[in-house]
Amino acid sequence: MSNILVLPLIVPIITAALLVFLNDYIKLQRIVSLLTMIFVAGISVVLLQLIQTEGILRLDFSGWLPPFGILFVGDSFSVLLVLTSSIVTILCLIYAFSTIGKEQEKMYFYPFVLFLIAGVNGSFLTGDIFNLFVCFEVMLLASYALIALGGEKFQLRESLKYVLINVVASWMFLVALAYLYGTVKTLNMAHIAQRVAEVGQEPMLTLVSLIFLIVFALKAGLLLFFWLPGSYSVPPTAVQALFAALLTKVGIYALFRTFTLMFPLQPEITHTIIGVMAGITIIAGCMGALSGRDVRTIASYNVIIGVGFILMALAIGNEQAFAGAVYYLIHDIIAKALLFLLIGTMVMLTGEIVVKNMNGLIRNYPLFGWIYFITMCGLIGIPPLSGFVGKVLIGQGAVEQGAYVLLALGFGSSIIVLYSLLRIFLASFFGETSISEEDKQPMPKGAYVSFVLLALCMIGLGVGAEGIAIYVNDAAHTLANPSVYIEAILNTNK
Amino acid sequence: MESLMIVLIGILVAVATYLVLSRSVLRVIVGTAILSHAVHLLLLTVGGLKKGSVPILGQAAAPFTDALPQALILTAIVISFAVTAFLLVLAYRMYLTNGSDDFHKLGGSSDE
Repeated sequence: MSNILVLPLIVPIITAALLVFLNDYIKLQRIVSLLTMIFVAGISVVLLQLIQTEGILRLDFSGWLPPFGILFVGDSFSVLLVLTSSIVTILCLIYAFSTIGKEQEKMYFYPFVLFLIAGVNGSFLTGDIFNLFVCFEVMLLASYALIALGGEKFQLRESLKYVLINVVASWMFLVALAYLYGTVKTLNMAHIAQRVAEVGQEPMLTLVSLIFLIVFALKAGLLLFFWLPGSYSVPPTAVQALFAALLTKVGIYALFRTFTLMFPLQPEITHTIIGVMAGITIIAGCMGALSGRDVRTIASYNVIIGVGFILMALAIGNEQAFAGAVYYLIHDIIAKALLFLLIGTMVMLTGEIVVKNMNGLIRNYPLFGWIYFITMCGLIGIPPLSGFVGKVLIGQGAVEQGAYVLLALGFGSSIIVLYSLLRIFLASFFGETSISEEDKQPMPKGAYVSFVLLALCMIGLGVGAEGIAIYVNDAAHTLANPSVYIEAILNTNK
Repeated sequence: MESLMIVLIGILVAVATYLVLSRSVLRVIVGTAILSHAVHLLLLTVGGLKKGSVPILGQAAAPFTDALPQALILTAIVISFAVTAFLLVLAYRMYLTNGSDDFHKLGGSSDE
């Protein structure tokens, strides 16, 4: 029992509700939202330490012992993700301060970001599958509002599509929940896992798990990503970066929980399908990244490649691949946020979105160019940077399992990522600049702060991989041995 | 009773699918609302219709009815109301800025 486990959900919600009333005081809103996120990051560090000493944490609301009550569960996997998303949110907020503009700030930008984070953190921490649905909805409603922020013509069009797709996905989530509850009569994830193991995952339950797969695949952008490039390129830059960093990752997290904890018993059906989907996702993402002319489209397809790569590890399904997946998830959250911030800044500085129409950016903004270069290297997985460790571990896991096709696809995609990002680098950053010194737009004040800090996070995660290795290995151990999780939840004597 | 409910759910889903696939934004929104009603009924039916007594200790000792599906539906209804309200506002704003509620006329390329 640890009451602080609820803070990552409840602190953002309370401050968001308060900020709605302080709408006229923009400076105050900035400070309060930043402090809130720093507080949440601090709490998650404390939680990580607690998990190391006390094992998996559990908070039973109102003292209703599992499997009857609603509960929050903090294991290393979920708390690591909470920590990473809080850090990324802090840096995206710093970027937003100087770029988003007064009008958007007055339209409740900060409260919506905090609601979004509350939903994301809640989804990571909940141990009850219906609560997962509720937290998903909290997150999605905030994201619906954020995507339409600004109310431009194309924004409204894309957000309507995005909302409708997600409404249908939520509907399917409820259908799956209905059948799951009808079959196993419980909603606690650990208890579901136990019941499913008792009846040996009969065909009905495998079907339910496949509906969950469709739902979470839609949220994560695994194969069913047709909505993603459109809706990720319309909101303001800081929001784009938050979406790219967090929203798909919540879907990935849910997929990992579903198929390692609740339905792991028919891997020849479910995990094969996930493997095929991941493979196709990587191929389709690569094709999109190669064919895109627009920088934002190329960046969006890079998100899709990342999703395919991480879920490859779920299909491989051994402890090493899981450790790689956890590393890579953390890396991907940071790197995709940075990539979208950089791309958005490029568009803002030049007023162009087509790669060929920008040039010579590195002459006007040298630091900006080199940070883009670092991000590119990190995304490909050049050794001292953060993508490397995850890629190596997933690769080792694939070799161990004999999944050579996935291995080839995953590592082949790195070359395409390199090509697509290098194309932007060569065409937009190098060459003679068409913008003279007098005409160049000033870089927004806070932008460099968040760029440099995010780049430092990437380097730090790569160089300091040993430092977080204990947490990552603990997370992978729990994922590979669901009995640890089940034991921690259902052992009510604690 | 269960069979009746399942048939009803089937009809609702069929109607909702028809509406969701139509061209007018407003019809699509009504379709999603009906869709969510269908799934609430499904939750109720699959979770178990009322057969025993109310789940309060001290009342008749007979088998109790599971109250959880009701709680789930309550939450789901609130969420679906919120989403429908948001969708209606969004559709209204879109009608004002785009001057049409026809999906085909929205079109638009990605290079705007």
